[in-house]
Amino acid sequence: MHAFDYQAPTTVAEAIQLLAKHNGTARPLAGGTDLIDQMRVGRFAPEVVIDVKKLKELNVLSVDADGLHVGAAVPCYRIYSDETVNSQYTALADSCHIIGGIQIQSRASIGGNLCNSGPAADSTPSMIALGGVCVITGPDGTREVPVESFCTGPGKNVLKPGELLVEVRFPTRPANSGSHYRRMIPRNEMDIAVVGVGASVVLDASGQKFASARIALGAVAPTPLFAQAASALLAGQPVNDETLDKAATAAREIASPITDMRGTREYRIHVTGVLVKRVLQAAVARARGEDIGYCRGH
Amino acid sequence: MSGKRVVTLTINGDQTEVLCEPRQTLLEVLRNNLDFTGTKEGCSNGNCGACTVLMDGRPVVSCLVLAVEAEGAELRTIEGVACGSHLDEVQSAFLEGAALQCGICTPGFIVQTEALLAENPNPSEDDIRFYLAGNLCRCTGYDKIVRAVQAAAEKRQVARSV
Ligand SMILES: Cc1cc2nc3c(=O)[nH]c(=O)nc-3n(C[C@H](O)[C@H](O)[C@H](O)COP(=O)(O)OP(=O)(O)OC[C@H]3O[C@@H](n4cnc5c(N)ncnc54)[C@H](O)[C@@H]3O)c2cc1C
Ligand code: FES
Ligand code: FES
Repeated sequence: MHAFDYQAPTTVAEAIQLLAKHNGTARPLAGGTDLIDQMRVGRFAPEVVIDVKKLKELNVLSVDADGLHVGAAVPCYRIYSDETVNSQYTALADSCHIIGGIQIQSRASIGGNLCNSGPAADSTPSMIALGGVCVITGPDGTREVPVESFCTGPGKNVLKPGELLVEVRFPTRPANSGSHYRRMIPRNEMDIAVVGVGASVVLDASGQKFASARIALGAVAPTPLFAQAASALLAGQPVNDETLDKAATAAREIASPITDMRGTREYRIHVTGVLVKRVLQAAVARARGEDIGYCRGH
Repeated sequence: MSGKRVVTLTINGDQTEVLCEPRQTLLEVLRNNLDFTGTKEGCSNGNCGACTVLMDGRPVVSCLVLAVEAEGAELRTIEGVACGSHLDEVQSAFLEGAALQCGICTPGFIVQTEALLAENPNPSEDDIRFYLAGNLCRCTGYDKIVRAVQAAAEKRQVARSV
């Protein structure tokens, strides 16, 4: 690995100052499960690596009147061990169980997953589905960006030099809501998604109609996508095959995947439809309090 | 600066100081600076699990940790599993069950199994396969490893109940 300096600031202000001082030549380090390998192979060669794990704001995992706050550096295992996440923000727990194996989950954060901005990042569709908002701090103060607007291309995002992702905040979950994330991979674990789908649904009091829904897709475009039209058409519709098929069709229309060794474009588009339907069914079952017989991490 | 710095950490209960560069991974420093060569290097990119160590009780791949990040950490490596020349239940189960051939993956599997059994003393076959999914073995075909983990779990349960 190239030679670099290592700093581990203990306040966000100090971290921002360091990032600003080394304008463009410093990089934050969270769990390092992307960054350390990227430095090893020479893809990135920052002069300064700024460890953000000692910043208390980035280690927050708590619920208040604004909803759930997940600090950008909180590792996956803490997220899926959290009672509130498991019971209410279930799609996020599903994603965190899937990222790498247990060793990777000890370190990998959702902040790192999002800032690495890979098209197939497994936590991003869940964060979009759950209405996550990125809280970003930089030299000019703090701003908020919805997760679906954060990534701008493979490996690219809206962060300006000197800015740090502090946390992702999720709105309070309404009654009769459920969510799920699932990906298609040829193995059982430890692989990159061929397609990933996250969805969150809110049902009416009878549990028979959609009040609203948010569907997000991974690995089918240069960035994870919010499937806006597919989500919007569900509002007010009865929960049945016909409705789910309409959503699946609308989601397939926005998929523009590439062909690679994991699958052809046509295959990925087909799988998008299949997964959207299955993930919606699971989210509905969870909203109704039913057991979906889903085996975590598979 | 990018120059060397002293990192103080505890390895298998002993406090140690080591002079290292920020660019050195924990795996490199364990093996090259500290002579803890039981921790193996397979892929160096987080995929094989051969370099697994416990850091503050959590299993991590030491090839994706900078040694400077381990300042103040408590590490447990494969060298800390046996008690003197007395192998622990997991090690003897691997030996008795022929759960290794070339052995390069074995320290990682054993350390990861220690983490599994600490969290879940009575894992199902599915639990074991899932927890060990980040450890790769090119030789055994995994079945003997899974059986060795089951045997170690049983032995430990029996040992605890007497
Ligand atoms: C074996 C293996 C398996 C994997 N499997 C999966 C998988 O199944 N699914 C998946 O999605 N990913 C997977 N990954 C990729 C990786 O683990 C994830 O993307 C992880 O979430 C990255 O988080 P991190 O905390 O390790 O990030 P880091 O590596 O620390 O950082 C990633 C990037 O984000 C930047 N960054 C980090 N934090 C911040 C911040 N707060 N503000 C601004 N920028 C920041 C860093 O500078 C860096 O560019 C795998 C990786 C490995 C090695
Ligand atoms: S050498 Fe670290 S995971 Fe392979
Ligand atoms: S025994 Fe050879 S790789 Fe596992």
